[in-house]
Amino acid sequence: MLEIRDLVCGYGHVTALKGLTITVGEGQLVALVGANGAGKSTTLRAISGLVPPRSGEIRFAGRDIAGAEPRRILEAGIAHCPEGRRVFPQMTVAENLAMGAYLRRDKAGVAADRERIYAEFPRLAERRDQAAGTLSGGEQQMLAIGRALMGRPKLVLFDEPSLGLAPNIVERMFSVIGAIRDAGTTVLLVEQNAFAALELCDYAYLLETGRIVLEGKGEALIADPHVRDAYLGG
Amino acid sequence: MTRLLPLALLAGLVALPLALGANPYLLNALIVTGILTIGAMSLNLLLGFTGQLSLGHIAFFGIGAYVSALTSLGFDVELGFGLRAVHEPWPPVVGFLLATVAAGACGYLIGRLSFRVRGAYFVIVTISFAEVVRLVALNWVELTQGPLALTNIPAFTLGLPGLGFWTLKSKLQNYYLVLAVGTLCYLLIARLVHSRFGRAMRGLKENESLALSVGINATRTLTVAAVISAAMAGAAGSLYAHYLRIIDPDVFLFATTVTMVIMVVAGGKGTLMGPVVGGLIFGLLPVALRPVMAPEAQWIVYGLVLIVILFVLPRGIVPGMAARLGRRPARSAPVLEASPAVPQ
Repeated sequence: MLEIRDLVCGYGHVTALKGLTITVGEGQLVALVGANGAGKSTTLRAISGLVPPRSGEIRFAGRDIAGAEPRRILEAGIAHCPEGRRVFPQMTVAENLAMGAYLRRDKAGVAADRERIYAEFPRLAERRDQAAGTLSGGEQQMLAIGRALMGRPKLVLFDEPSLGLAPNIVERMFSVIGAIRDAGTTVLLVEQNAFAALELCDYAYLLETGRIVLEGKGEALIADPHVRDAYLGG
Repeated sequence: MTRLLPLALLAGLVALPLALGANPYLLNALIVTGILTIGAMSLNLLLGFTGQLSLGHIAFFGIGAYVSALTSLGFDVELGFGLRAVHEPWPPVVGFLLATVAAGACGYLIGRLSFRVRGAYFVIVTISFAEVVRLVALNWVELTQGPLALTNIPAFTLGLPGLGFWTLKSKLQNYYLVLAVGTLCYLLIARLVHSRFGRAMRGLKENESLALSVGINATRTLTVAAVISAAMAGAAGSLYAHYLRIIDPDVFLFATTVTMVIMVVAGGKGTLMGPVVGGLIFGLLPVALRPVMAPEAQWIVYGLVLIVILFVLPRGIVPGMAARLGRRPARSAPVLEASPAVPQ
């Protein structure tokens, strides 16, 4: 569904991606793991059009989307759940969800999807008129996921969804992401929490300083001595 | 509070002339304050809801004033190459509409020119634009009379079918006209801010990269906001021209932009009531101070009041008071600062 070939990307003098090649099959949950600064977030930003690629190919559902405008990529069916500042803090929960459906014109469908998300995350329903910035970290992440789903994406890009969350919430987060895959949506997951991501995924890539150094099934990467040493704490 | 305050204020402003007994000095101060408050509301649309500072906002106001005045006065100008532009006077209401359109068109140009880069560039482009327009008004004497001013600008004439026509020459009539236009602008902004377009504007200000990733077109959204803001400032300028009935290039003074920025920031940028509250306070403060102190002291007190407000209520009066009263401010008001961005 998503094929990236020889992608080169950078900011100024820094080359963050030095020829990256990955494939994400339809309905799969693919994990991209690696250390800080390996280029994981840049990969996602390049896919969603926030960073223009210098060279290489990004094909989604057969179409080349490299360098396209973010809104076109979104329309093609790719939603991005960025790391860090995940929500619009001064907008209400309901408004944040509406932002996820910004490009959609079918009001009835949007309303139905919103109710589905409220049913999935009752905490969000309780706080629908509250400013998103007043939610806890875990609730904000749930809101970010809900917002991404509001666009009815075919592929969701998750950037460090567990970052800064309490351990019990992290667990819930991964089960939600697994459920999204089980519901038929393709997922590309970027994580520093390598073990959890590798356990959950169908296929995984290990990224080091802008290049893929290892790929395979999640269990295979967990068993790999290099991965054990460097990423899973021995 | 956030729901009742605007209605209470409106009721108070409607009743105010009855209490004042049509004191012309106070009515004049209220009218000019009201016109500037409309300007502040239009500035708030950009500064408060998109985060873009227009430091040449007075240009749109002045363009509105001149377009409206010239439409209703008529002109006969040599354009060079043997071409002449001759215009017969039209009613002031047409001038008001043309002022809105012309100022909006200038907002479009400025927006297209500067919103690809934004931030500081927008500030610089707007300042330069205001200065260029002021110099044109000063030097194109054949059209604008330059420093001699455009005089004898007709007052507004309102006509209702079957009820006849009124020429709004008295201060009381102008007061209600300004109040009506101001209320209309307030309602328009309130609708806009909570619409899909309003969410796009606020989203860009709160978290630009997230806003882009949900598909918002930043340049287009900001340009549309600039057009609406400029058009509203042009409408205020038109009110000003037909109320004072004389305008000169001093309507483009930088100081007036600063006054509007003070009104917005002190009142609370990014809130609906902020510019109204800030506008009334800083518009009427000089009037309140005049009888009790010397002119030099007035400006010192003016500055002190501003400093005290920003020290005690750094986000502005309206959000600050709402927080103190233990209630959340209006939905569009800042509630919490964003968590710090994680650097890439």
